[in-house]
Amino acid sequence: MKNDNLVIRGIEFKSRFWIGTGKYKDFEETARVIEASGADVVTVAVRRVNITDRNSSNLLDFIDPRKYKILPNTAGCYNVEDALRYSRLAREAGVSDMIKLEVIGDERTLFPDTIGLLKATEVLAKEGFIVFPYTNDDPIMAKRLEDAGAAAVMPLGAPIGSGLGIRNPYNIKIILESARVPVIVDAGVGTASDAAIAMELGCDAVLINTAVAGAREPIMMAEAIKYAVWAGRLAFKAGRISKKLYATASSPIEGML
Amino acid sequence: MNIKVNGKDMETSEVNLGGLLASLQIMPERVAVEVNLKIIRKADHHSYKLCEGDVIEIVNFVGGG
Repeated sequence: MKNDNLVIRGIEFKSRFWIGTGKYKDFEETARVIEASGADVVTVAVRRVNITDRNSSNLLDFIDPRKYKILPNTAGCYNVEDALRYSRLAREAGVSDMIKLEVIGDERTLFPDTIGLLKATEVLAKEGFIVFPYTNDDPIMAKRLEDAGAAAVMPLGAPIGSGLGIRNPYNIKIILESARVPVIVDAGVGTASDAAIAMELGCDAVLINTAVAGAREPIMMAEAIKYAVWAGRLAFKAGRISKKLYATASSPIEGML
Repeated sequence: MNIKVNGKDMETSEVNLGGLLASLQIMPERVAVEVNLKIIRKADHHSYKLCEGDVIEIVNFVGGG
C-alpha cells in the first residue's frame, strides 16, 4: 500500500496506531515500547513539575519531540474551565496546537461529559487549537463536535482501561458513514484483534495505552497491535465479502464423478 | 518575598519569573508557567516581576493516555 498516510489539518501521520505513554514501569520501557509500536503520535498528560527533586528525569528526554508528534491530553479534567486551562498550558509547554480534549463526566466510568466537551471544543477550535475530542460512540455527538470545529473525533470503543474492545461496532460504523473528519477509536481496546476490528470498520486510526502498558510483555504487545492495525487497514481497503446465512461452495460442481 | 509554587509556600529573593525558574533549575523550554491563573509566555519570563503572594504553577508533560 503506497502512501496511505493519514493527513489531518495538513499534518501527515505515518502510523495509524497512536500510543499513550501512561502506566509504564519507567521511561526506558516507554521509549522501547513506542519504538516497537511504530507510532509517530504519542499522548502525554500535563502535570506539575516536581520542584523538590530536580534530579528526576523528564519524559521528553526519552521521547524526542522532533521525531514524534506529542499530543497532550486534558485527562483528569471534570469541567470545561479545567479542560481549557490544561489545553492552554499544554500549548504553551509544547510545540504544537494539537490537544486531545477530555472532559470527564464520572470517576467510575470515565465516560465523557459530552455537553462540556462540546463547549470546550468550540472555544478551543476558535483559539486555533487542533482539537481531538474524546467522545462517546454517539453518532449525533460526533456530528456536533465536527460542526464545532473538531479536527477529528475520538469515540471510545469501551471505557478507558477496560479492555472490553469495540462494544458497539454498529455505532462506530454510523459515525464513520456520516463523519467528514477522521474517526480515531480511543479507549477500550484490549488486544490486537480489537484494534484490527476498529480498522476493518474503516476507522482512520486507533489510540491505545492500557492494552500495551498492562500487557505481560508490553513491547511484544506493541508490535502485535502494530501488525493488527496494518492488517485491519488492509482488510478495510481490500473490501470484505458480505455476510450470508447459507453456504456457497468454493470448489466447482463441474467435473465431479 | 513569600510566594506559592506548585502548591508549596516558598520564600524567594528573585525579582522576576525567569530568575525564579533558574533558581529552581527548571528549563523554560519544556514547561508552561501560570501566575495567578494567567499564562506567562516564555518570552516574558524575564520581564515578569514577581509580587508578594503570587501563586505560581509550573507544569510539564508526564506519561498519559
